Amino acid sequence: MDETASPVALGAAADPMLPRLARVQRRRREAPQVWTLELENGGEQRGPGFEAGQFNMLGIPGIGEVPISLSGDPADPARLLHTIRAVGPVSTALTRLACGERVALRGPFGTGWPLLEAAGKDVIAVAGGLGLAPLRPALHALRAARARLGRVIVLYGARSPQEILFRRELESWQRGVDFEVEITVDHALGDWHGHVGVVTRLIERAKLDPARALALTCGPEVMMRFAIAALRHAGLGEEQIFLSMERNMQCAVGLCGHCQFGPLLLCRDGPVLRLDRLGGLIGRKEI
Amino acid sequence: MEIEGLERIVREHPFFAGLEEGAGRLLVGCARNARFEAGQYLFHEGDAADELYLLRQGRVGLGITAPGRGALTFQTLGSGEVVGLSWLLPPYRWSYDAKALELTRAISLDAKCLRQKCDADHDLGYELMKRFMPVLVARLHATRLQMLDVYGTHG
Repeated sequence: MDETASPVALGAAADPMLPRLARVQRRRREAPQVWTLELENGGEQRGPGFEAGQFNMLGIPGIGEVPISLSGDPADPARLLHTIRAVGPVSTALTRLACGERVALRGPFGTGWPLLEAAGKDVIAVAGGLGLAPLRPALHALRAARARLGRVIVLYGARSPQEILFRRELESWQRGVDFEVEITVDHALGDWHGHVGVVTRLIERAKLDPARALALTCGPEVMMRFAIAALRHAGLGEEQIFLSMERNMQCAVGLCGHCQFGPLLLCRDGPVLRLDRLGGLIGRKEI
Repeated sequence: MEIEGLERIVREHPFFAGLEEGAGRLLVGCARNARFEAGQYLFHEGDAADELYLLRQGRVGLGITAPGRGALTFQTLGSGEVVGLSWLLPPYRWSYDAKALELTRAISLDAKCLRQKCDADHDLGYELMKRFMPVLVARLHATRLQMLDVYGTHG
């Protein structure tokens, strides 16, 4: 919510294609195959701060480079947190890095969540699976600006109780007064006492006031399509719904075209976009 | 509870929002208040689907017991929602268990009574179908999303 916190004001790197080296300071297992790496952002190779919703390109020489959203608090830019699921060679190698090892880092890149627009409004954050990671910096910023907001509703869906990310933090927010937090899982055994079912069903139960709501959503695209339908049903317009989109980002500066989404390049124009900017393309098979 | 009070409760339930007075009077003849303690079953898989429940307070888990895996919950429902759709179609048997996860208060509707009233009064039947169909479709959509396993690793 810091009005000066734009990439320009924070000082973007001179050459966005040139990686700097960042040391792994801590690593924490969040869920099966999911780890959070804390990278140093100080010393001689101090990088810029970041906006909630932006991503970095993380690479390991000889293996490759992948886009990973920042998942830490933007108010604490000395610690760059990235929450990574081991799915391919690069992400698997990243999750196996030990403390003290170094990663090649470029960024931050892309657009952030519209936190300035949130002032005076009710904010509903709808996240699914790993999609909570790109929303987490926004939640930290919203918490810091709590006095200037209406309701802040956090709806999170995971595959199972074992795969809930940032569980302790979510549970502490549930106990607190800043956020209304509801967690649901797709399937559960008898030892889970929370909600079971898809996250989009929680939207209906949130009893939103569409006149003052702003929705932030991130997760698998199919989930976001269902979330959009539920938010529209609750009365929100396209200008009130923001998504974080994911495609094959490679250069991260809008040159290579791998992340093209219709007229947009998601690394540059996204990943956070207002729904009306997507021009009805979400869900189109050809895109 | 007096019929008048129960009619008010039925008509104030979100599922029956906007229901006409006459229809409310017809429905209340099939209704009673129900209360379930945490852990108590509303019904079991295979039982006759002779009641349905409009939840007023609390939470109910729907689940199936799988050999070797125990009880698997696939959906939880809360205040303002409906438990039970199998009463609509033959053979009128529940295909899952429903268990109160916390103290739960509900309006119980006698399914046989409801079916008879719908057969006798098609306007009432149509009104009820218009309310149950969106619930059915929403649950079908939700089930599709669950089956897609969107949070899993695919590749």
